[in-house]
Amino acid sequence: MSEPLFAVSDLRVHFPIRRGILVDRTIGHVKAVDGVSFEIEEGQTLGLVGESGSGKSTTAYAALQLLRPTSGSVRFAGRELTTLRGASLRHVRREMQIVFQDPYASLNPRMTVGRIVAEPLQTHGIGNRRSRRATVAGLLELVGFDPAYTNRYPHEFSGGQRQRIGIARALALHPKLIVCDEPVSALDVSIQAQILNLLKDLQHDLGLTYLFIAHDLAVVRGMSDTIAVMRDGVIVEQGPAERVYTSPQSDYTRALLAAVPVPDPEQMHRRKGERQLLRTTLTHA
Amino acid sequence: MALLEVENLRTHFFTRAGVVHAVDGVDLTVEKGKTLGIVGESGCGKSVTALSIMRLLPTPPARIVSGSIRFAGRELTTLSERELEDVRGREIGMVFQDPMTALNPTLTIGSQIVEVLQRHLGLDRGPARRRAVELLGEVGIPRAHERIDDYPHRFSGGMRQRVVIAIAIACEPRLLIADEPTTALDVTVQAQVLDLLDDLRREREMAMILITHNMGVVAESADEVAVMYAGQIVEHATAHELFRNPEHPYTEALLAALPTLDDPAARERRLAAIPGRPPDLIEPPAACRFAARCPYAGCGDGCALEAPLLRELRPGHWARTTHPASERTTTAATA
Repeated sequence: MSEPLFAVSDLRVHFPIRRGILVDRTIGHVKAVDGVSFEIEEGQTLGLVGESGSGKSTTAYAALQLLRPTSGSVRFAGRELTTLRGASLRHVRREMQIVFQDPYASLNPRMTVGRIVAEPLQTHGIGNRRSRRATVAGLLELVGFDPAYTNRYPHEFSGGQRQRIGIARALALHPKLIVCDEPVSALDVSIQAQILNLLKDLQHDLGLTYLFIAHDLAVVRGMSDTIAVMRDGVIVEQGPAERVYTSPQSDYTRALLAAVPVPDPEQMHRRKGERQLLRTTLTHA
Repeated sequence: MALLEVENLRTHFFTRAGVVHAVDGVDLTVEKGKTLGIVGESGCGKSVTALSIMRLLPTPPARIVSGSIRFAGRELTTLSERELEDVRGREIGMVFQDPMTALNPTLTIGSQIVEVLQRHLGLDRGPARRRAVELLGEVGIPRAHERIDDYPHRFSGGMRQRVVIAIAIACEPRLLIADEPTTALDVTVQAQVLDLLDDLRREREMAMILITHNMGVVAESADEVAVMYAGQIVEHATAHELFRNPEHPYTEALLAALPTLDDPAARERRLAAIPGRPPDLIEPPAACRFAARCPYAGCGDGCALEAPLLRELRPGHWARTTHPASERTTTAATA
């Protein structure tokens, strides 16, 4: 059996709580991530769900070494990342990219679309100015963004178009793994569907592996092969998407699923009752 | 007579780029004790409609250019600012999207509730404070008598929204307008807040306008639903009818674009995205505003030329389209 593309084991991120004016004392730790393990096979998607503060973004950042984990191991394509430093870490990072939540905040407003997408190529010294221009046009076309607008600025575009720019930038270095951190939660329903379809097509065409982080369980279901549910820094349930959605094992997963508003008024009363029942179970647990 | 009747409301924004027809001919009625859901995507005019009812839009640039808003028989569009202050917060309560900014961070939550009770009901400090504790209890804040002197930052997002709701219902308003009340909250907290609003409405026979972009939220909470698109209501029906038999192509498309929780083939399936984007409201098309994105708009059928009116297809079910779902086979047959 070959090794999975991405394997995280017993990952911990603890932030010290400091107190004191002249002498800093550490009086405790916030255990943002506390022993998280998961694997993603090449070409597959792991959906990481949980509510705000559950540690899902911190897990992703620590896994990519954008934030140094307190302990644990992260293996990517057979290499241990936690011990890598400097140039060798930068080199591996090419193959791991992120698409951020807010396309209004994650694109530099002073850079043209072309420069934003070309920046990763420039940073890693790939190609010359001319070849980069061609690469950028190809990337923009790939994500359904008209390359004729390469010289415009991000504020001239809607949220959905901006997210396409963000995706083109993430694809620039031919990554194997893309972390999608709430990529559609700032978008309207009709636009959200366009971006989710694009991400699916790209995965299919380029063989990408996704770590897909979201709080919307319906969105995650359609994107993921496996699911991990996080709460308070730990994974409370993990398994094939189908199993987690049809027969959730943990009460927390069940409460999350029952809380999702469903566009069917006939289910309302049943679901409301279910929620009240679970709320009492969870608070007494 | 309905509690709130909005007729042909037009709210325009006079900007340097041109006149934005943000709300362009909206009719609404809200019955006593019922919930009307207004659903639509960003920029469709749902919040501007609510703010127009409360007369909370800054003038300029915004102006209600025509229409009437009658609340309990009283015309709100002609009231003076002073008279309006007695309506807002007293007879119509309001809950906004972001509980982080709706509360004053420099005042304790107790004083923010007491202020409302003193201003509108003329209560003295002592009774107002006792009432504030009761209200906090009613909205589900544990140990209300201890927490009343805490500042907003000591509360979580869901708890803050409960405080905002306590303020909104403090004077037992007859109508509560909730604009995306749960959008900033986590799903489990969202469910709690929606259940709370529903319980309060029932107990107090309070009417509610629930504004949201989330189809699931309206389905769970509203008696009637109005779907807005590009400044107009494009479909209006009971929640049951709307989700069971949607008529307008936009409503159908919105429902189809939603990922669902219980589709075993979801991983393989592509979502039905709606191509294009809503029209510019500075010069809205004279024709059907959805025509450019509508799968049924063909050449020569008129919907790219003139604007369809909101018509009643079945008792209580209105749609603004030339191609409602129930007439489509016949249209295709004659074409």
